[in-house]
Amino acid sequence: MSTLTLLTAPEDKFTPPGLELFDLPPIIAGVTWFTKPVLLAVLSSLIVIAFCWAAFAKPKLVPRGVQNVAEIGYTFVRDQVARPFLGKDADRWMGLLLSIFFMVWIWNLMGVIPVVQFPVASHIAFPIVLALSIYVLKIYLGIKHQGPIGYFKNMMFPPGLPKPIYVLLAPIEFLSNLIIAPFTHAVRLFANMFAGHIILAFFSLVGFWFLFEKLTPLGAPLGVVGVVMTIAMTGFEMFIQFLQAFLFAMLAAMYIGNSLHAEH
Amino acid sequence: MITAASLLAAEGNNPLIPHAYELVVGIFAFAVVLIVVGKILTPRIQKTLNERTEAIEGGIQKAQDAQAEAQALLAQYKEQLAEARHEASRLREEAREQGAQIKAELREEAQAEARRLIEAAHVQIEADRQQAFAQLRSEIGRLSTDLAGRIVGESLEDEARQRRTVDRFLEELESSSAAVR
Repeated sequence: MSTLTLLTAPEDKFTPPGLELFDLPPIIAGVTWFTKPVLLAVLSSLIVIAFCWAAFAKPKLVPRGVQNVAEIGYTFVRDQVARPFLGKDADRWMGLLLSIFFMVWIWNLMGVIPVVQFPVASHIAFPIVLALSIYVLKIYLGIKHQGPIGYFKNMMFPPGLPKPIYVLLAPIEFLSNLIIAPFTHAVRLFANMFAGHIILAFFSLVGFWFLFEKLTPLGAPLGVVGVVMTIAMTGFEMFIQFLQAFLFAMLAAMYIGNSLHAEH
Repeated sequence: MITAASLLAAEGNNPLIPHAYELVVGIFAFAVVLIVVGKILTPRIQKTLNERTEAIEGGIQKAQDAQAEAQALLAQYKEQLAEARHEASRLREEAREQGAQIKAELREEAQAEARRLIEAAHVQIEADRQQAFAQLRSEIGRLSTDLAGRIVGESLEDEARQRRTVDRFLEELESSSAAVR
C-alpha cells in the first residue's frame, strides 16, 4: 500500500476496497431485509427454475435448443459428480445434486454479470443453508442406512487398523466428519467468492481511480495494469465460480455416498 | 465513498456471521429450486434420457436384426439359385439322354417296321409266286393234256395243219396267259 499512497496526494489517498463491499443498504428504504444479495438469491432461483423449465418441462427424445445445453449440465453432474460417489444410487440423488450445482453456479455467476456484479455466495448465509441441508441429510441417511450406532461406529472406527490407532483416529474422524466437514463445505464456497469479489473490486478500483478520478502521468500505467488485471481476473474468476459450484455439488455427493455405504 | 466505508466498518459487520433474513431467504430459494428442478423436472429428463437410450439400443438391435435377416435371405437365395442351376443342368442332361433314347428307339422301330414290311413283301411275293406256280402248273398240265389230246386226236395230215395247230395252240396259250395275267 505504501507505493499507492506515495503515488497519490496525501489528502485523498487511494483506499483499497474492504468489507464495506459486502454491506449493502436495503433496496427499498425501510424494508431492511430486502438487500441486493437477497434480491439476487431470489433472482438466481428464478433463473435456474426458468432455465430448467424451458429445457426439461417437455423433454424431447431428440433434443433441441436449450434442452441440449441443459442436458450437457445434467450429464456433467451425473457423470462427474453423482456416479463416481453414488454409483447405482446416482439417479435417485440427481435432482438434489443438479439443483445444488445449477443454483451455486448461478449464485457465483452473479459476481461477473455486468451491472449485477455481486456473488450471492459471498454472503455466508447462502452457503450455510446448502451445507446445513446436506449435513442434516448426511446424518439422517447415515443413521437410516447404517443404524444409529453403526453410523458412528463406521465413522469413528473404520475396520482393519491396529487398536491403538483408534485412540487417535476416533476423535479426529468425529471432528472432521461432524464439525469440520460442514463448516469447510460452506466456508470454502463463501471464502472463494468473497475473496474473488474483493480481488475484482480492487483491480477495477485501481483502474478507475488512476485513469479517471486521479489521472496522473505516474499513476496512469498503474491504472492500465488495473484494467488489464480486472479483465484477466474476471476470466479466472469465472473458472473459479464453475469450479466451486462443481466442488460444492461433488462434496455433497461424497457426503451422501459415505452415509449410504459405510465402506470408504 | 470513504465515509460510507468507514461508517460501515465502524458497524463491525463480521462476514462470517450470517444474517438471519438471508438464511430464511436462502432456505426458501433453495426449497423452491429443489422442488421444481429436483422433484419435478429432473425425473422428466431422466425418463427422456432412458427412453433415448432404449431407442438407440432398440435401433441398433433392429438394424442388426435386419442385417442378419437380409444375410439369411441372401444365403437362402444363393442356395436356391444353385439348386435351380443344378436342377436345370440335371434336366438338360436327362432331356438329352431321353432324346438320345427316343432317337434310338425310333430308329429301332423304323428298322423293325422296315424289316417287317420287307418280310411281308417277301411273304407276299412268295405266296404270289407259289400261287402263280400252282396255277401255272395246273394250267400247264391242262394245256399239255389239251395239246396232247389235240395232237393225238387229230391226224397228222399235213405239215401245214400241224403247224397251224401248233400256232393256234400257242395263240391260245398266249391269250389265256394274258387273261390269267
